[in-house]
Amino acid sequence: MLPEPLLELICPAGSLPALKAAVDHGADGVYLGLKDNTNARNFSGLNFDEKSLAEGIRYAQAKGRKVLMALNTYPQPATLSRWHAAVDKATELGVDAVILADPGLMAYANRTHPDLRLHLSVQGSATSYEAVNFYRERFGIRRAVLPRVLSLPQVENVIRNTEAEIELFGFGGLCVMVEGRCLLSSYACGDSPNTFGACSPGHAVRWQQTDKGMETRLNGILIDRYADNEKAGYPTLCKGRFEVQGDTYYALEEPTSLNTLEMLPEMHRLGVAAIKIEGRQRSPAYVAQVTQVWRAAIDAVKKSAATFAVQPAWHAQLDKISEGSMHTLGAYYRPWK
Amino acid sequence: MRLPNFPQPLARVLRRLPALPASASLVALLNLVAWKSLKDLDWAPLRGRRFCVHLRDTGLRAYFSVSRHGFVTEVNEQADVTFTATTEDFARLALRVDDPDTLFFNRRLLIEGNTDLGLRVKNMLDAVELETVMQHLPAALSRVVANVRLKAQQREIAGAH
Repeated sequence: MLPEPLLELICPAGSLPALKAAVDHGADGVYLGLKDNTNARNFSGLNFDEKSLAEGIRYAQAKGRKVLMALNTYPQPATLSRWHAAVDKATELGVDAVILADPGLMAYANRTHPDLRLHLSVQGSATSYEAVNFYRERFGIRRAVLPRVLSLPQVENVIRNTEAEIELFGFGGLCVMVEGRCLLSSYACGDSPNTFGACSPGHAVRWQQTDKGMETRLNGILIDRYADNEKAGYPTLCKGRFEVQGDTYYALEEPTSLNTLEMLPEMHRLGVAAIKIEGRQRSPAYVAQVTQVWRAAIDAVKKSAATFAVQPAWHAQLDKISEGSMHTLGAYYRPWK
Repeated sequence: MRLPNFPQPLARVLRRLPALPASASLVALLNLVAWKSLKDLDWAPLRGRRFCVHLRDTGLRAYFSVSRHGFVTEVNEQADVTFTATTEDFARLALRVDDPDTLFFNRRLLIEGNTDLGLRVKNMLDAVELETVMQHLPAALSRVVANVRLKAQQREIAGAH
């Protein structure tokens, strides 16, 4: 049997103004992280310290919205106490849930704070109901964020076979989607999202305008060169153009944005608990614009899924702020498994 | 790149800046309108770092650093990180009408040099609440800025529809 759809809108917040923009424009919840490598958006100057976190929680909860804290990197033995302290702090300040990837950290959270609600991060890379149920049975996770590799029928199969709530990515930058298992950034610059907390960290990135176009280098490796009229993508290896047997092209994937607005009725029917918007690294202006559109869309589908139609203005607004020159439904819509 | 959405009177005022010594004018402007709301940020990691704001449409380059007491002109005209965009796009960023990543994807914003430093500045500024900045502006200027921002946002929405 399919669960009752909650279809919460979960929006990204890299700063207090971004959090307020999300709340003010109708997010049901925001997700955020601390200013260190305990989360996978560990960029200089981004994220929350204790003071802004407390203020953010107060602001969101006063309006009946949730704050989910991402602690979704993998602690290393020498610095494990930092992750434990972060779980303790999250509990003390009253976040609504923590989003975890590491089973050791789940065990700690579950043991130390039995009432703390645990969500399984996309970085945990659970793509089957067996995996989700394992985390649920062992650590009591209440919700799992599924990696962006499943088709909707596969998502349905997971939902039908677990008691855990299922959250899906609905919009934002796409990567090669081997979340929690990607080593491309590590290969190029020695830092990986799993431990350093960022893919292509700023210290490894160089942009330079040259006579041939704008060049992007990652730790000295030329990963792309854009002609003046070409759109640029994030400086990640997966989105670079490389010479393969004399031909230069996107050898892994093209910069593209996920946009699943048109699949909302189906996600609603399947009993998806929440739609997640990517982009904690982005500014309050982005959060405001994307939240506005998705709030309207989710309200429309909840009102009448049968008559739901994507407004052209929604696509126009989202395409404008997207990475890449096109959007895609990702793996959700594909006939093969 | 021309942006028909931007209010022309302000753009015209900004374009007059090259007539003055660029860096000193920008530093004076920043100190006047922004320092009060920015002075409490954690500037320590940025101490001694040199920034360049390059206005693509006018060719103007302003060099400055940040001291304990405000923005300071860099007379040597060297920078650790350089931000390049049109005057209008910088104003749109400052007013939070546009998001820097959007401008970057569309090749309207270029960050050269120390990217990490550039990201840090961007993220620090994002964390400042616009209301705080407005409160510290002289009242008349605050009203003008609020009005300009509202109009720019309305045009954004109208443009998308």
